[in-house]
Amino acid sequence: MDRALPAERRCVMRRAALALWLMLGSAAAAPAGEIRATGDLGLIVERESGSLLVIDQSEHAAIGRIEGLGDLSHASLVYSPDERFAYVFGRDGGLTKVDLLTQEIAARVMQAGNSIGGAISDDGRLVAVSNYEPGGVRVFDAATLELVADIPTGSKTIGLVDAPGRRFVFSLWDAGETWIADLSGESPAITKVGGIGAYPYDALVTGDGRTYIVGLFGEDGLTALDLWQAVPEPVRVLPGYGRGEEELPVYKMPHLEGWALAGDEFVLPAVGHHEVLWVDAGDFSETGRTPTHGQPVFAMARPGGRQVWVNFAHPLNDTIQVIDTLTKQVVHELKPGPAVLHMEFTARGHEVWVSVRDAGKVVVYDTATFAKLAEIDATSPSGIFFTARAHRTGL
Amino acid sequence: MPPPMRSLAALLALSGAAWAGEAAPDAAVLTRLVHHDCGSCHGLTLKGGLGPDIRPATIAHHTPESLRAVILDGVPGTPMPPWRPLITEAEAEWIARYLLSGGAS
Repeated sequence: MDRALPAERRCVMRRAALALWLMLGSAAAAPAGEIRATGDLGLIVERESGSLLVIDQSEHAAIGRIEGLGDLSHASLVYSPDERFAYVFGRDGGLTKVDLLTQEIAARVMQAGNSIGGAISDDGRLVAVSNYEPGGVRVFDAATLELVADIPTGSKTIGLVDAPGRRFVFSLWDAGETWIADLSGESPAITKVGGIGAYPYDALVTGDGRTYIVGLFGEDGLTALDLWQAVPEPVRVLPGYGRGEEELPVYKMPHLEGWALAGDEFVLPAVGHHEVLWVDAGDFSETGRTPTHGQPVFAMARPGGRQVWVNFAHPLNDTIQVIDTLTKQVVHELKPGPAVLHMEFTARGHEVWVSVRDAGKVVVYDTATFAKLAEIDATSPSGIFFTARAHRTGL
Repeated sequence: MPPPMRSLAALLALSGAAWAGEAAPDAAVLTRLVHHDCGSCHGLTLKGGLGPDIRPATIAHHTPESLRAVILDGVPGTPMPPWRPLITEAEAEWIARYLLSGGAS
């Protein structure tokens, strides 16, 4: 075909292609000017300074810093499907879209007074934010951050996740309800499920988007919902798991995230007890308990589920324990340093990155040998988020 | 000299294992505790999260003594835990005054 075109026209086309390449090249350029892929990049929240450290997972290195994001205590973020943009949910109600390639803020809105986490829809078009004040969920256009839907709940709203079919699922701290918001139509269709339990504090959805598990603070136990049902029935999980044991003061709420499936079981942090709980993923019956160093904050199955890594609440938060999924025994203990806040696995689980807030560093470990591979300086690091989350439901 | 030994023992007990030998609360450590550990429920800036706003205007009805009691013994029926196992009375007093004065203690 090319040969059939007159030479002059071919030349014009080549010039146009060159111009287009230059345009795209400059818009997508990393600071050094080279072409960079985003598949092994990530962001680390620096909570006190309101900044994000941009890291390259393969190089074990920080490659930049994005500043000006406000109060990032307890901040989390999600990624666009192309793994170029992150949506950062600040505690102060700020919703910020950042560009990993230019390492700049692409858009920012103050959408509420006090917020806790968010999610991106399965099609990548909508970003939802969970708010304490005013209580509810607000949904934004992922491209422009314009408000698309406002869903007031009259309650502090927690445990917001995405579910297949352009849905968001979240729970009401004060009311003990879970709401399912379907945004596939003109206006949000809300399904409300009551009887979840006292003070739901966080929730997770499994990677297949089917099971939503809510942790309860006001009573021992959790509640599961089958999102494949049109109106899910709450199923109590481990009701009264701490009965007969002395409840310890809780200095930090555990976190529930979509890393709960280890083999055929869910692994879940107990509240107010030094243990990790195991339940059958099919019928939610208890299959075991593992005594731990302290009250677990995160109990995270390594991708593949072979191990579970656990960190702990203040004042025992200098330690990580690794549990073997087959034996449910602690097989290794690490002391990364003061205030271990978060762990993030690489997509296939060969490494784990650990934020050590009061040491001002992130430590990288080999998950097979437990060898320390690298340390990266960061200012009061908390959450670590790799771009591979873009393609996982519930993360 | 039994009496001085007893009072030294009492002082050590009062200041807690982590603070043995230190008479005064460590302002830097406690400031960090307030913003990061209290802050995990009350927010890094203390304006509230799952727990309530604890900035000076919101807690003005408290005296240092009543606020110290809340910190040490918690609020039964709510997620506010007793901090007595982790900090001393002197440290709780320091935190109460720090909170009431908005960090100007």
